[in-house]
Amino acid sequence: MPIKQISVFVENKAGRLADITAVLEKAGIDIRALSVADTTNYGILRLIVSDPDRAENALKEAGMTVSITSVLGIGIPDVPGGFSKAIRVLSDEGISVEYAYAFITPRVGMAYVIIRVEDNEKAAQVLSDKGIALIDQDEIF
Amino acid sequence: MERYFQPEIEQAPREYLRAIQSARLIKMVHHCYEHVPFYREKFDEIGLSPDDIKSIDDIQKLPFTTKQDLRDHYPFGLFAVPKDQLVRIHASSGTTGKQTVVGYTQHDIDVWAEGAARALVAAGGTEHDSVHVSYGYGLFTGGLGLHYGAEKLGATAIPVSSGNTDRQIQILQDFGSDIICCTPSYAMYIGESVGKKGIDPKTLKVRAGIFGAEPWSENMRKQIEKSLAINAYDIYGLSEIAGPGVSYECRCKNGLHVCEDYFYPEIIDPETLQPLPDGEYGELVFTCIGKEALPLVRYRTRDICSLTHEACECGRTLVRMSKPRGRTDDMLIIRGVNVFPSQVEHVILSLGMEPNYQIIVERKNNLDTMEVCIEMSPQMFSDSVKGLEGTEAKIEAALHTTLGLSAKVRLVEPNSIPRSEGKAKRVIDKRKI
Repeated sequence: MPIKQISVFVENKAGRLADITAVLEKAGIDIRALSVADTTNYGILRLIVSDPDRAENALKEAGMTVSITSVLGIGIPDVPGGFSKAIRVLSDEGISVEYAYAFITPRVGMAYVIIRVEDNEKAAQVLSDKGIALIDQDEIF
Repeated sequence: MERYFQPEIEQAPREYLRAIQSARLIKMVHHCYEHVPFYREKFDEIGLSPDDIKSIDDIQKLPFTTKQDLRDHYPFGLFAVPKDQLVRIHASSGTTGKQTVVGYTQHDIDVWAEGAARALVAAGGTEHDSVHVSYGYGLFTGGLGLHYGAEKLGATAIPVSSGNTDRQIQILQDFGSDIICCTPSYAMYIGESVGKKGIDPKTLKVRAGIFGAEPWSENMRKQIEKSLAINAYDIYGLSEIAGPGVSYECRCKNGLHVCEDYFYPEIIDPETLQPLPDGEYGELVFTCIGKEALPLVRYRTRDICSLTHEACECGRTLVRMSKPRGRTDDMLIIRGVNVFPSQVEHVILSLGMEPNYQIIVERKNNLDTMEVCIEMSPQMFSDSVKGLEGTEAKIEAALHTTLGLSAKVRLVEPNSIPRSEGKAKRVIDKRKI
């Protein structure tokens, strides 16, 4: 049950993040998590939002380069070693994580981690075999 | 069987052509010296006597003529005949300065018409055809150039002129035009309009098109050929030299045969002004060895192309010029290398990307740097930094291969390159030299 992540191409210019988030605000879209991967000249803004399809359309209409990427969301206990355990499960199976970012949830004691791997299906199988909970789009909101 | 308008010239042995060129050049140099004060002064300045020119090989001794020279002698200062002998005047649009005015004697009109007639026959035209001329008629040479060419061939000229596309299509249908002549962009538009009207282009009799006055790509050729179900041929000309018909494509569509018995071409390095060998790109220069009213000597066209004397399959021995690749006005010299924005555009297109780009040239620590900004498109986008860096590296490698120069590629957001009147400014040169 992959999660739809919005990826936006952003040039490293003052005010660009404000422009993008303003588009989402205007479309009434809630952002739950975000991360920015950056290079010298540009970055990729990755967002987990309340309505990915509508967010994609709104950003496209605003003239931005957007794509939807399938990522996995995992729920881990918010205790020391929680993330370590989950990520080891993947590395033991030789699955490399391209990027990951975490956020706290309204559920007390739980944290969510978004991970991008090459093969979602395989990673999902490995994680659930080891009893690590995968979350889906609805659970985030 | 291949047909020619003037086989005795178009298929002439090279030595025969050179003999004609030598005789005409000698005559022309004397004519210029005697009748154009500008050339007399120029020759005297460099200590050149018309008698020093003994064959076409001596052409490099002659001075160059530029568009500025024409402007400085506006309107009739470079004419070599009394005004009474002129039968026609044309003028360039003058969008980038004062317009340039050109004059023709009856002989000059005949020479020009011969060039246009050769082009029509090279495109498969015959005296039985109707030639639909959708170039503008007026001071611009396009309309009247092909019109007189069609008449010279003995075909039927239809002077439709440009505009009113519905009527163009109506005439194509009702008059059964066999050959259409216009700018390639207008041909694209007519083709699209035919499609929109739901007309099957195969039902139109028209079978060939001769398109010029603007640069156009092979991709445009394919689109026009498909949308109008024709064979599309390039034609080249400029009013200073004659008009359309200075050079033309044959069925091989692989270079334009130059009417070098009247318009002698050379390729020079625009910086050093030294002649360049076959195959090398440089500025195209023409000497009007067969004209009376405006016999320009080594006129610098500012068009960038190359020449080849290789035999052409069509049997014509006339030298071929490549499709012009750009203008010297657009040329950048970066670390001593000549770079044309059109080369960058070609690289981007060849990678299947949209040609929305801007070239930024700077000088850092006495070294020129070239950066190419390319607008991101959905096809190019990747969610991973690695993917985007791979795209940049791929473009950089292709640019390096084509330009012989390393350039930095920077991906920018869509629509971030400023456009004025729908056209993006392609080059920003920040060097302070």
